[in-house]
Amino acid sequence: MPRRNDLKRILIIGSGPIVIGQACEFDYSGTQACKALKSEGYEVVLVNSNPATIMTDPEIADRTYVEPLTVPFLEEIIRKERPDALLSTVGGQTGLNLSVELAEAGILDKYGVELIGAKIEAIKKAEDRLLFKDAMTKIGLESPRSRLITSVEEGLDFIGKIGYPAILRPSFTLGGTGGGIAYNREELIDILERGIALSPVHETLMEESVLGWKEYELEVMRDLADNCIIICSIENFDPMGVHTGDSITVAPAQTLTDREYQMMRDASLACLREIGVDTGGSNVQFAINPADGRMVVIEMNPRVSRSSALASKATGFPIAKIAAKLAVGFRLDEIANDITLKTPACFEPTLDYVVVKIPRWQFEKFPGSDPTLGTQMKSVGEVMSIGRTFKQSLSKAIRSLETGKNSKIEDTFDPSLIANKLITPTPDRLPYLRYALDQGYSVEEIHEMTKIDPWFLRQMEEVSLEFKRLANRGALDADEETMRSAKRMGFSDAQLARAWNTTELDVREHRKSMDVRAVFNRVDTCAAEFESFTPYLYSSYESECEAEPTGRKKIVILGSGPNRIGQGIEFDYCCCHASFALQDFGCESIMVNCNPETVSTDYDTSDRLYFEPLTLEEVLNICDTEKPDGLIVQFGGQTPLTLALPLKRLGIPIIGTDPESIDVAEDRKLFGKLLDDLKIPSPPNGSATSADGAVDIARNLGFPVLVRPSYVLGGRAMVIAYDEDTVRRYMREAVTFSQDRPVLIDRFLQDAIEIDVDALCDGEEVLIAGIMEHIEEAGVHSGDSSCVLPAYSISEETKNTIIDYTRKLAIALKVVGLMNIQYAIEDGKVYVLEVNPRASRTVPYVSKATGVPLAKIAVGLMLGKKLSEFAAITGAPASGVLPVPQYFVKSPVFPFNKFRGVDPALGPEMRSTGEVMGVGENFGEAFAKAQRSAGTPIPEKGTVFISVGDHDKPKAVEVARKLHDFGFELVATRGTANAIRNAGLPCKVIFKVNEGRPNAVDFIKAGQAQLVIYTTTGATTFSDEKEIRRTALMYRIPCITTISGAQAAAEAVASANRDPIRVWSLQEIHGH
Amino acid sequence: MGLDFDREYPAFLPRVRTIIGSDVARQWRGVVKLKGCGVTGFRLADASEANLSNGRRQRLSKAILALEDGRVFEGRAFGAQAERVGEVVFNTSITGYQEIFSDPSYTGQIVVLTNPQVGNYGTNDDDPQGAQPFIEGLVVREFTPRPSNWRSSLSAEDYLANCGIPIASEIDTRTLVRHLRSGGVLRGALSTVPQSAEALIDKARNAPSMTGRDLASVVSTKTVYDWNESVPRVSSSELLEETLEPRHHVVAYDFGVKRNILRRLRQHGARVTVVPSVTSAEDALALKPDGVFISNGPGDPEALDAQASELRKLIGKTPVFGICLGQQVVGRALGCTTFKLKFGHRGGNHPVLNKLTNKVEITAQNHGFCVDPDSLPASEVELTHFNLNDQTLEGFRHRNEPLFCVQYHPEAAPGPNDSLYLFEEFARMMDEYRR
Repeated sequence: MPRRNDLKRILIIGSGPIVIGQACEFDYSGTQACKALKSEGYEVVLVNSNPATIMTDPEIADRTYVEPLTVPFLEEIIRKERPDALLSTVGGQTGLNLSVELAEAGILDKYGVELIGAKIEAIKKAEDRLLFKDAMTKIGLESPRSRLITSVEEGLDFIGKIGYPAILRPSFTLGGTGGGIAYNREELIDILERGIALSPVHETLMEESVLGWKEYELEVMRDLADNCIIICSIENFDPMGVHTGDSITVAPAQTLTDREYQMMRDASLACLREIGVDTGGSNVQFAINPADGRMVVIEMNPRVSRSSALASKATGFPIAKIAAKLAVGFRLDEIANDITLKTPACFEPTLDYVVVKIPRWQFEKFPGSDPTLGTQMKSVGEVMSIGRTFKQSLSKAIRSLETGKNSKIEDTFDPSLIANKLITPTPDRLPYLRYALDQGYSVEEIHEMTKIDPWFLRQMEEVSLEFKRLANRGALDADEETMRSAKRMGFSDAQLARAWNTTELDVREHRKSMDVRAVFNRVDTCAAEFESFTPYLYSSYESECEAEPTGRKKIVILGSGPNRIGQGIEFDYCCCHASFALQDFGCESIMVNCNPETVSTDYDTSDRLYFEPLTLEEVLNICDTEKPDGLIVQFGGQTPLTLALPLKRLGIPIIGTDPESIDVAEDRKLFGKLLDDLKIPSPPNGSATSADGAVDIARNLGFPVLVRPSYVLGGRAMVIAYDEDTVRRYMREAVTFSQDRPVLIDRFLQDAIEIDVDALCDGEEVLIAGIMEHIEEAGVHSGDSSCVLPAYSISEETKNTIIDYTRKLAIALKVVGLMNIQYAIEDGKVYVLEVNPRASRTVPYVSKATGVPLAKIAVGLMLGKKLSEFAAITGAPASGVLPVPQYFVKSPVFPFNKFRGVDPALGPEMRSTGEVMGVGENFGEAFAKAQRSAGTPIPEKGTVFISVGDHDKPKAVEVARKLHDFGFELVATRGTANAIRNAGLPCKVIFKVNEGRPNAVDFIKAGQAQLVIYTTTGATTFSDEKEIRRTALMYRIPCITTISGAQAAAEAVASANRDPIRVWSLQEIHGH
Repeated sequence: MGLDFDREYPAFLPRVRTIIGSDVARQWRGVVKLKGCGVTGFRLADASEANLSNGRRQRLSKAILALEDGRVFEGRAFGAQAERVGEVVFNTSITGYQEIFSDPSYTGQIVVLTNPQVGNYGTNDDDPQGAQPFIEGLVVREFTPRPSNWRSSLSAEDYLANCGIPIASEIDTRTLVRHLRSGGVLRGALSTVPQSAEALIDKARNAPSMTGRDLASVVSTKTVYDWNESVPRVSSSELLEETLEPRHHVVAYDFGVKRNILRRLRQHGARVTVVPSVTSAEDALALKPDGVFISNGPGDPEALDAQASELRKLIGKTPVFGICLGQQVVGRALGCTTFKLKFGHRGGNHPVLNKLTNKVEITAQNHGFCVDPDSLPASEVELTHFNLNDQTLEGFRHRNEPLFCVQYHPEAAPGPNDSLYLFEEFARMMDEYRR
């Protein structure tokens, strides 16, 4: 079945901002799909609200819309672009849901758009629990046994069939309220009574528990001719009970016989056919009872998923790319395998290595949240590693996590916690497993507590025993055999150094002297049965190196590792662009990264891909093999920067800004001196290493002060202290994060406007790419603040000062490439807050707003070109500021709904996971779109509840007036209401939480407010403030916590009442 | 029920002779001596207990694999302390090592598994494809003697050690496979007893070549027997078709037949009589079969021309279905030539296009020889299946007579079940022929 020629233009809907559970794996799949369709000659129209993605680059699709992912905006795009088809399966759950909504709203029919990939019936059958269960029963597959229960007696009867524990879910309650797990009769009666009462239809779903069962996933593909293949089997290290996204997973499955694996394969194929997914990739999840092999189907995703991205990286089989081709009519056997070239894509990849994925969590960002892992995903990123054996792979995966705790690992364990840490899954379980084994716990004991398959535990036990044996041996008298065997088992040089009480580099030298060196094997989809033509490599300590480095001029790019808050997809965007640029400039690009979700770890992105941990050891191994002409560290965020100086000192040629300059910018003393020399002001500051010292400094500076550790990422462990107690508490609690570096204390500039600047410098000329004005005041982390291009409220004079300072700093730091500076403007005076001589997280946003590929130019500069050579691209002289043709607002997206009990107020600690961009002809329109995309749309009318501190009252009154003009009803707490009434506006009064009832929280819960403006009062956070913000969050009512945010919201309301729904593609905006 | 060693362990005696002075060999000799005494219920578990300490003792000793071209790979020894020679071949299946060990088609071969983790799920009583392991030796990247699976009854180490088979672990199997892929399969010698590499290289060079070798006669049953077992259910959740009441009588030529073929034949409604590979066409027809099945097996089909000429006599007299070596022998019966592939097809992921349905089947494969499609008489034979990786012939059928063959393994075990329809087709063919 060949390519469909009746289709010309295909719409792809992306997955929107990065949120927990839907991250940059969909940038990877969407990008692959766009590229695949384009290469087959289709016109691709892409919509995604997330500007940090590669897929929204103007080159990836023919028409790129960074617009809200809502039905009205999508209809407008469809009306304008008239696509022939919509590919529903590559944009995650968001893309799939929107496809269904568009179909159900009749929009696809109205404009004659065909749904390709998965049809609406198939999507519904897969997504609706009951329909799905019926479908599985029909084909003879079991699901966990369940029944809808309407009385306690019925429940007691059913428990006799399924046994304890039972999972209970009341029907139609908000967020699963009233549900739970019943472990005994008492709890069962209790939860059932409550659940039946709470449920509006007086029903509770009672389900057999499969906690502790073995969990598996199969990635399946199907073409229109009904050819079906399994791409990869994945076994969860953590048994059922922990969300797959929060589980350590292993590919291929390790503990199934062929018979059992084929049982699962047959079931997956039957499932796919019954659900009726026409083409593309799907995944099916199973649980298996380890006692008797009984298997139940848990769920299936009729689309490319997070696991598909993992499976693609784990096997070298590009699922999304192939899925896109299948959707337009190709058969699997008509598509070539990219890696072997000579064999078709219609086969099942086989692995001669083991892949391990470990999630990355960040509970430390959300004080008060519960780190227990359960059925709701909580991790923000993940790492994958490839090793010849499970031991090697697990060890590499742990190294890839960069948890920064390596050196002190023994100190952080508490023997009395072992049982608790093993039984209750949290991010600590993996380290505690190793610790328990070191303490002599047996595999059987640990299996009893964790239900983790004994095979995995034995592998870990062997590592634990070997480490003890090695530690007992003398330091460096290990012979070649011992050394090779230790490396083959996966020990890092740093671990061996710890065992032998020496340094990592000594171990390295010693083993190299015995010729124990890393070699590189290829990921080739076929276990070496056929020759591989794609250098997709991982390290091992085998006997032959398959890297086959070329003699071309080549540059290594260090990626950004696992996604974290503060170091996310933006940096992957930069790394990918660096790679594309290198290829454009005729250099070979070599990518190093360990994040399976990203575009950078697609074997298509760079000339060569090393899927490796970003550690000194692994990077040196690659350099030893490749002997690169240069290494780029400034695109991957903090991860490569921490390696920059050690690498430079070992003679690795780092191109771009000198690592010493990076150090100057990060070392408070050196940086302070530089600012003094340049006569550039910064907030008064000092540094301290003791609590008393810190309090003294704070007193001298005057409260409030900003306290933070010397090296920061995403504002980690940063607080604004309004009093001495807070400073003391900080010094007590924050020491573990300071890594023996002093704590920095700055005077906090209240009410200042914050400005972010991205600039390019070739060492002589400085081109300012963007002056971004933050919408929230200083004090809110720059990553958590909405910002706008162009800056709209600062004076020409201030702008000139900013340009001047930026130029001076860039030249002084000898920046070659990108830099980012944060400024605060207080009473017209410009202060420098922070300088980062590297790519910042705003690079993709600025690139899309200006239409100028900043990362690409930066790479040119690093290769020795001058800014003047890029005049054709920038459309500007070598210096000055790039023009911005419209208003572009970037807004953050927060994961607060995943963390119960956490206060969603904004502060200096970054907590957003992703971002969106809104485009408009005016600020209000752009901001309104950005807020809509971020999932917190500003209402056009309704009731607004306002409560602000005295300080903010004058501005709040102005906001109230505007909202009133647009027909909003005003409701406020007493003080705010008085201020509003004094201005001659009508306003109802409502009680504060501690005053009595009905109060503000009741008011919000009753759905009587459509907008909440509730600013912090400064010194302390009152519990009712937190309660109001949590309630607004729960009831999905936009809650604005800063007064400048409220002013912006008023602009958005004005736009909503004035501007029609209109959309612009990036290609239109920038005249491509 | 006693075991008939001539039937269940046909390749047993020559095998024991190659084991050098190990406890295992002595044990096995002991068992053999018991044979005439009508010993009942010899259990593998007995041997495993006795062998345990032996297995443990070898952990730190070295294993060496030497190839005829002088290349030597060193690893760690598991399994029996023994020295074996054979053709070194690799299999790319991720799962199913026990089925591979026990597939009679691997007779005379040292098997390299590309899946690096082997032994994980132990071995059980349902999965073996023959009465014992048939491989000469096992070469893997990492072997574990400690199984974890609810069905495991014996560790993979004991399963092999009990039959005197050595295991080399911690071998750089990827390099080895790349070597075999580029140079073609080689003869090799595998030792887990102290031995010099030079001596082993010599032994590899002196090992018999697979070309021209008749191994099917060695592993074939010597007596006629009935097969009545269908596919056993191993989990309540298996999607397993029900076993049909017997309505056909199939005579199965045993060239080294895998149990799952017999089970699938039975499942699809056949009463099966297994006959030795040397059975004459007359004797086979005398059993009044509704169809004749020609099995898989080891060795070079060229060495089986006597059998091929007997099979020639069956064509047109009764429906014929051949698998693997069965296809090669039937092909030769039709006058075609066979040739040896550079490194064979061994794995569970080979795409095969069925020209009749225009659909792709993912198949299990295990063959070193192949039918040359150009040598088949086009007037008599229609080519039906092709391997999409290298375009080699995977199946054909006779244009005028009830006969079809496939080169791959529709019975799976190990491998995907995409091609089970062929057993249905055979049953249908027998139904139609009867009418």
